[in-house]
Amino acid sequence: MTMAQMDRLLFGDNQFFGINHMSEEKARAQAMRFQKTDAIMEVLDVAYAEGIRTFMCTTHDRITEVADRVRADPVRYADFRFYPCMPYAHKYANAVTDHGMVGALRHFMPSDGVLSTALTGGRALATKEVDGIAKVLIDMEMKMFHGLQTPVIFVQNVFTDLLLGMGFTRALRIFHDHVVTKYGVEPAFITMNMPMLLEALEKEGIERPIICANINKIGFRMSGGFDAYLDALRSGRVRAVAMSVYASGAIPPDEAIHWISELPGVESIVFGASSAGNIRGTKALVDKYMGAPA
Amino acid sequence: MDHKVRIGVVGLGKMGLSHFAMVNAHPQVETIACDGAGFMVDVLGRNLENTIYRDYDTMLDAERLDAVVIATPSRLHAPMTTAALERGLHVFCEKPFCLDWADSERLATLAADKARVAQVGYHYRYVGAFREMKRILDTGALGRITHVLAEAYGPVVLRPKRSTWRSQKSEGGGCLYDYAAHPVNLLNWFFGTPAQASGSVLTPIFSDGIDDQVTATLGWDEGPTAQLSVNWSDESHRKMTTRITMIGTNGRIFADRQECQVYLRAPDPALPGFEAGWTVKYTTELTEDPWFYLRGEEYSAQLADFSGAVAEGQGKAVENDFASAAQTDRTMAMMIENAETGQPVGAPPVTARPTPARKRGWFAWKA
Repeated sequence: MTMAQMDRLLFGDNQFFGINHMSEEKARAQAMRFQKTDAIMEVLDVAYAEGIRTFMCTTHDRITEVADRVRADPVRYADFRFYPCMPYAHKYANAVTDHGMVGALRHFMPSDGVLSTALTGGRALATKEVDGIAKVLIDMEMKMFHGLQTPVIFVQNVFTDLLLGMGFTRALRIFHDHVVTKYGVEPAFITMNMPMLLEALEKEGIERPIICANINKIGFRMSGGFDAYLDALRSGRVRAVAMSVYASGAIPPDEAIHWISELPGVESIVFGASSAGNIRGTKALVDKYMGAPA
Repeated sequence: MDHKVRIGVVGLGKMGLSHFAMVNAHPQVETIACDGAGFMVDVLGRNLENTIYRDYDTMLDAERLDAVVIATPSRLHAPMTTAALERGLHVFCEKPFCLDWADSERLATLAADKARVAQVGYHYRYVGAFREMKRILDTGALGRITHVLAEAYGPVVLRPKRSTWRSQKSEGGGCLYDYAAHPVNLLNWFFGTPAQASGSVLTPIFSDGIDDQVTATLGWDEGPTAQLSVNWSDESHRKMTTRITMIGTNGRIFADRQECQVYLRAPDPALPGFEAGWTVKYTTELTEDPWFYLRGEEYSAQLADFSGAVAEGQGKAVENDFASAAQTDRTMAMMIENAETGQPVGAPPVTARPTPARKRGWFAWKA
């Protein structure tokens, strides 16, 4: 595995799927605007033209269409890369409601394989079988990116934090090892609890992990405490991707990016925007304060 | 309390797993888990350090617990809460509290007699925007509230589904208990138990025998009329959306999970910082970071209040005590009876006449 050099600025996907932490009305307006994949591609193309090559996205069903477009035009999108964030929990939630936990898992396993059989037996699963199921689920999420560049693969924050809270961090280790072994790329983790996660990952033997978390000047949604975040960043033990750098609009852009640029340990910023003006504005600020990757 | 608070989380389903993760992440809490059986318990038993029991009574016998968090199917809430309180434990129970509101009131009395921290998981009371709504309402700055719209929508039942406890009315399934309970609980917080429920209609859409949509009219003595409009078969919402709108004699207020919008006709000294016209506050600015964030500050905050009250020996819940949840159970029972009989339940609300205008206004002669 080669250590991935992450770009300074990554493009996020919340705005495409009706996720807005400030207003349901805005969220709905965005859901309407991005109903068609063309509208998503238009925005991605603006970002790509600005030199923002990385799209950090949930493994939402609709990303399949984006992946198809990129795959269909390899010349144009030669430098385009995805950072998948998995799982997209909704599809599992629905399957669990429809089929129950075991039924849902069986539904996703290869029908003639040993795992499906193990789940049918109604007996306790061996550790190896649990690992096997996890790997099948990861592979399933990755299918839509077949043939595309995915140099970093993330676990979504609700899933990371659920496992972290329960103390089931071995599952994060399974993810880590599978991503390294099978895909030869960097495993990474999104969390709302960076200091706690970092400690837990280190206990699992994962050194200098890539962690994406809220990092902003006003400490918005930095659970575990602002100071603990800064300590972790300064310690050199984490490669951070900062999200919510504007704290949902509470911090003026220039001030927000300037502050981030002076933090050690922050390798990248992920942001979402729907207008060309906002995309160019953030790109210009990142170029001004952060320059090229170290 | 000098030792860690020892909490047993019972039921590792949809809510239980998330409660377990949040409680377990709390530095001052030691967590034990309990779930009937099945696949999850097998997997977790092999991978977590926590002790996991398969039987509730065995756990209560074997462990020296301070408190339990109950997240089992609703039918089990009353017996499990009773057993815990009888052993002197503090209880956090998922909503809806009890399917029979007489049980809810009995347990509220029992918890009060024993000075236990007894709380129910109505997390919307911990959402910044709804707390702001409550604060503004209580200042009286909106004048007399006459008109309320309480709504909840979301994509839970979008096609006929296999049967689980959530699809059985007798087990506490259905849109009323699962979804409508939230806006009803907020109305109880704002105005208490209504005097009358009328026009209640509980309608199945895709489900067999349980309600997927709920509409009702609730009225309070000296208070507003509220229209309740709830539907969990609405795919246009990404997840559950709850919103409350109120119109008063001095303005209007709206809140959902994200924001609280206020319109004041005239500023009021009781509400400094709000001018005439619109003021908008966002949950993001109204919320403090919890010790551990999983899926929204409100879920962590309610458990923080619970474990904090237990640790400090406060002897009662900070918010959402059993008595307040009993109001919600009672209100839902009124709606069910109203829907079944077609007769309004409770007496028509007594409403004071509006203060006569000093001068003869245009509306007076128009009427």
